[in-house]
Amino acid sequence: MSHLKDDSGAKLGMWLFLFTELLLFGGLFLLYSAYLSRYPHEFSAAGRQLNVVFGTINTVVLLTSSLLVAMAVTAVQRGERRRTLWLLGGTILCAAIFMAIKYVEWSTKILHGIYPNSPHLAAGPPGESVFFSLYFMSTGIHGLHVLIGATLLAWVGSKVKRGAVHGGDYILLENSALYWHLVDLIWIFIFPLYYLIL
Amino acid sequence: MTTVQPTQPSFWNDTGKTGLAAWIFSTDHKRIGLLYFYSTFGFFLVGVLLGLLLRIELMAPGRTIMGPQTYNALFTVHGVVMIFLFIIPGFQGSFGNLVMPIQIGARDVAFPRLNLFSWWLYIIGAVIIITSLFTGGGPPDTGWTFYVPFSSRTGTNVSLAVFGVFVVGFSSILTGLNFITTIHRLRAEGMTWGRLPLFVWSLYATAWVQVLATPILAITLVLVMAERLLGTGLFDPGRGGDPVMYQHLFWIYSHPAVYIMILPAMGVISDVIPVFSRKPIFGYKMIAFSSIAIAAFGSLVWGHHMFTSGMSDTAILVFSFLTFIVAIPSAIKVFNWVSTLYKGSISLDAPMLFALSFILLFSIGGLSGLILGAAATDVHVHDTHFVVGHFHYVIFGGAGFAFFAAMHYWLPKFYGRRYAEKPAIVAWALMFVGFNVMYFTMQVLGMKGMPRRYYDYLPEFATLNLVATIGSWILVAGLIVMLVNLFRGLFRGEPFVGNPWGGATLEWTTATPPPTENFEEEPVVTHGPYDFRGTGIP
Repeated sequence: MSHLKDDSGAKLGMWLFLFTELLLFGGLFLLYSAYLSRYPHEFSAAGRQLNVVFGTINTVVLLTSSLLVAMAVTAVQRGERRRTLWLLGGTILCAAIFMAIKYVEWSTKILHGIYPNSPHLAAGPPGESVFFSLYFMSTGIHGLHVLIGATLLAWVGSKVKRGAVHGGDYILLENSALYWHLVDLIWIFIFPLYYLIL
Repeated sequence: MTTVQPTQPSFWNDTGKTGLAAWIFSTDHKRIGLLYFYSTFGFFLVGVLLGLLLRIELMAPGRTIMGPQTYNALFTVHGVVMIFLFIIPGFQGSFGNLVMPIQIGARDVAFPRLNLFSWWLYIIGAVIIITSLFTGGGPPDTGWTFYVPFSSRTGTNVSLAVFGVFVVGFSSILTGLNFITTIHRLRAEGMTWGRLPLFVWSLYATAWVQVLATPILAITLVLVMAERLLGTGLFDPGRGGDPVMYQHLFWIYSHPAVYIMILPAMGVISDVIPVFSRKPIFGYKMIAFSSIAIAAFGSLVWGHHMFTSGMSDTAILVFSFLTFIVAIPSAIKVFNWVSTLYKGSISLDAPMLFALSFILLFSIGGLSGLILGAAATDVHVHDTHFVVGHFHYVIFGGAGFAFFAAMHYWLPKFYGRRYAEKPAIVAWALMFVGFNVMYFTMQVLGMKGMPRRYYDYLPEFATLNLVATIGSWILVAGLIVMLVNLFRGLFRGEPFVGNPWGGATLEWTTATPPPTENFEEEPVVTHGPYDFRGTGIP
């Protein structure tokens, strides 16, 4: 006896999972707001040490990737397999660019002695150390999500190539795209909070 | 369904395959339910053993059978095992899986493979937690709450234990989202929201708490690991952090978590009481609504764990007020259960006795909770044995006794054999007496000022501690009688066929034990879950 395929159910499950991801980062945003109100000046000083250019480029890269994955969903609905694969490839490329820029950003910071538990931060004001610990935790866990999302899209891409995901059955790609939009959305909050408003 | 066969084989021997692999790789919700049942209940027995050892140590002042470090490790592991490995996954995993899909007239849960994956994650998490006891710096000694700064500094194996809890939490999230989707999408024709059995309503509310609260625990535990491994200092006052922020984050999850433990228990009671009173449940809508209300308000009261931690007076006032509000939906349930009993034709079978004692024990636990919820009285009994007594009244006397009720009520349905009634009642009586002797004494001890988590105590507490320890022996004696009777009955007892309890929910309309697809034909629901007119029992 075959089980009914329930795409709406699958999408509902995915949305619930996205809620849990939002709340996971919610814990970090909560800490951010509590510590921002305690150390407004230190946060402001520390925030200016972040590279706004890198942050902005990464924002553009992620937004582009979100556009590409949304186009990939439309393409697979129309049954255009080649185009779907190209668009997914573009999304994964954006993810790689994002991670490369993140790598440069992080290593510059670490070179300057800014990393959790570093002697440089220990010597500075406590608010600065809190800011950078939060920065590394938030962007680190977000980066992990970028890697997971890119892996997921690559796996779905291989299914598109084999014809297992196609115009008649594309819920897997749709859900993976939802996950990718979430990765994008989280960054849309991280970027202004750490790079812009301080 | 494409073909309708007159008799389908039961889920025990449908595949023709036997052995371990047919179970641990099965996606059938009934098999997964039993996997969960035996794994969570196994950990319950481990937790009981640890608790028994703790009581023996406290039997007399000074060293009795173990040193202080062992004592610290034991109460930590007792808490971690009981909470994260038994009672949180226990109800949803075992009885949720076994009964819920049948009660809504579905063939399985919405995501059967994800369901199996949840169980595997649970087992992997459990293995990691057990590994943490024997590797590194030895078993964690922080208490199950993992409070900083101690948890970030102690040399014991906190990082690994916390990671294990993280994995178990992920399993809990996946079960939650699976159940929400199942209840939304897979109800049989005619199974409207107003006809859902109240057990399903309670699982639904619980699943939302699991989905919305557990991620906060996940990030908190990640931060504790980062604190220990990377030295982030986010909770370290020496580097600008604040340990009270840890307590906030921890309780934002862990207070709603007590509703993950108690809500399904309330659902079991709401299903058992009408069946053994031969009367429709009183106030169906209010009981269903109060489950949602408890889940909602219960998420806003975490601060009442922190009245002595250094919060502002305003925060204490608000959290205290909200805590009192949660008492309202809980009381609504109690009043409705009692009203259901009124003028009912009550039969005192084992499941009913457990359910009735649930009402009493949960009420005692709930009322003592109000003493803790009021800031002025809390300051005096905070961190004393009063809290230990209160918590065990709610979670053991409440959720635990409801778990036993569910075991006696539903397990025969899945085995086709039943336990003997008289020993079950003897076991219940022993446990009920032992329970009260032990935990009521603890509450008195707390009132007199005996702190919790202390290895040693002043001589004036000696008599009451001895009484509590004797209570624990009576309780365990009852538990042993129950186990022997129940499991001997399930494997070798009298046959259990048809609908002997006279339940009106869907699981009593299908074969015993149920076939793999649960029903011969997809059921069409025409009446509510507590309409007993068609059950053939007056």
